[in-house]
Amino acid sequence: MTQQPVLSVRNLAKTFVLHLHDSKVLPVLDHVSFDVAAGECVVLGGPSGTGKSSILKMIYGNYAVASGEIRLSQKEYTTDIATASPAEIIALRRHVMGYVSQFLRVIPRVSALNIIAAAARDAGKDDASSIQQAQKLLSRLNVPERLWNLPPATFSGGEQQRINIARGFAGDHPLMILDEPTASLDAVNSAAVVALIAERKAAGAAFIGIFHDEDVRKIVADRIIDILQFSAPGKILAA
Amino acid sequence: MSALLTARGITKRYGARIACESISFEVAEGEVLAIVGESGSGKTTLLNLLSGRLAPDNGNVFYRMRDGNDRDLASLTEFERRLLARTDWGFVHQDARDALRMGVSAGGNIGERLMAIGDRHYGDIRATASDWLARVEIDPLRIDEKPTQFSGGMRQRLQIARNLVTRPRLVFMDEPTGGLDVSVQARLLDLVRSLVADLGLAVILVTHDLAVARLLSHRILVMKDGQVVETGLTDRVLDDPQAPYTQLLVSSVLAA
Repeated sequence: MTQQPVLSVRNLAKTFVLHLHDSKVLPVLDHVSFDVAAGECVVLGGPSGTGKSSILKMIYGNYAVASGEIRLSQKEYTTDIATASPAEIIALRRHVMGYVSQFLRVIPRVSALNIIAAAARDAGKDDASSIQQAQKLLSRLNVPERLWNLPPATFSGGEQQRINIARGFAGDHPLMILDEPTASLDAVNSAAVVALIAERKAAGAAFIGIFHDEDVRKIVADRIIDILQFSAPGKILAA
Repeated sequence: MSALLTARGITKRYGARIACESISFEVAEGEVLAIVGESGSGKTTLLNLLSGRLAPDNGNVFYRMRDGNDRDLASLTEFERRLLARTDWGFVHQDARDALRMGVSAGGNIGERLMAIGDRHYGDIRATASDWLARVEIDPLRIDEKPTQFSGGMRQRLQIARNLVTRPRLVFMDEPTGGLDVSVQARLLDLVRSLVADLGLAVILVTHDLAVARLLSHRILVMKDGQVVETGLTDRVLDDPQAPYTQLLVSSVLAA
């Protein structure tokens, strides 16, 4: 019996309708289809503005799906994100899929350590192991210990991004969605993220992501999917 | 998924004007639902209909009582409705003066809700009140001061303590941060966020502030002219709005 993929995207389409601009219709993506298996890192490639981030956002339930399916399988359960209820998506975000965006959305007053520990707790870890998990990730990502108990609002861009990455990884999710996680990081910290990805892959996690840095992409990608093949008819590509 | 509160086709008119038009949705235990829209969109009317303070012209609101039975709010006696409002529900008003007894001490304001559900031991009530003052970040040494001596932010936090002391399952909030300074708002929002998560509260939150909705809610209901024009997961509605009116609302916010 072959293992079913963790993520299976079929004939996915995305269209933006700009109601405030004469209801202009912007077709972005059409017939997007691919699978991501456990232990595999699939990277979306192609120029900016072709809809790579939109695909990740649809998988995470953050963007609405025009048509098609996004099947997320976990043990014997399969959910289609395209039609899932908000409550189902919230539950999947807690237990099945983690997302790292390019920027940290700061919560006022909460310390870096607690932001990360809360993500671990949401995924079902107990208080003690959540704190441990947060400490482990902070030190692996080279965040100086003096910052751990401070809210990240005043941190540098690179420090905030490492908090963001630690939060995304805190839940040990079987599917990780990464949108340029290393964009604002130096070589040392990029390498730390690459090591984290390799470790989670070895543990069976599936990854889907965007990495513009060629060196990072070469190391982490098992497969690169060229997004241009999914451009919607009528889509105007940015020069 | 068991719904704590279910609205089915509720409609309310004021003369020819429609305040709410056949609105249906459910709120689950522990779920935070934000109702957003501009002034006059029917948000506050909807909140009053959901909490049984206004009777709908059509439709029903069902609430799952602690015994597990769903009851139509219209079928409750006035006594039952008041008991529900005093014990299982909380109301956080925009203006704390509408909810607090301004001539009664902070401790008295909290203790009153406990006495309403039968607590009689003065020492226990005072200890619980003091504990709740600390939880909402008010120095328990100020337990005997009246809310008139408190700042706007403190009054709002006292109102929250008064509401949560009876461990309600559902809290209605009407613009809870309206009228507060921005710095005070952030503190209050963070406090509400952590209390709601710790206590597993269901919240129905009316706000015109999309940032408040994003920070606190799981799901959003967008209202315009008494109708629900869009509903969905909070970040989906705010990041990829589908309805023309939601696109207008989202694009009208100035980025800080």
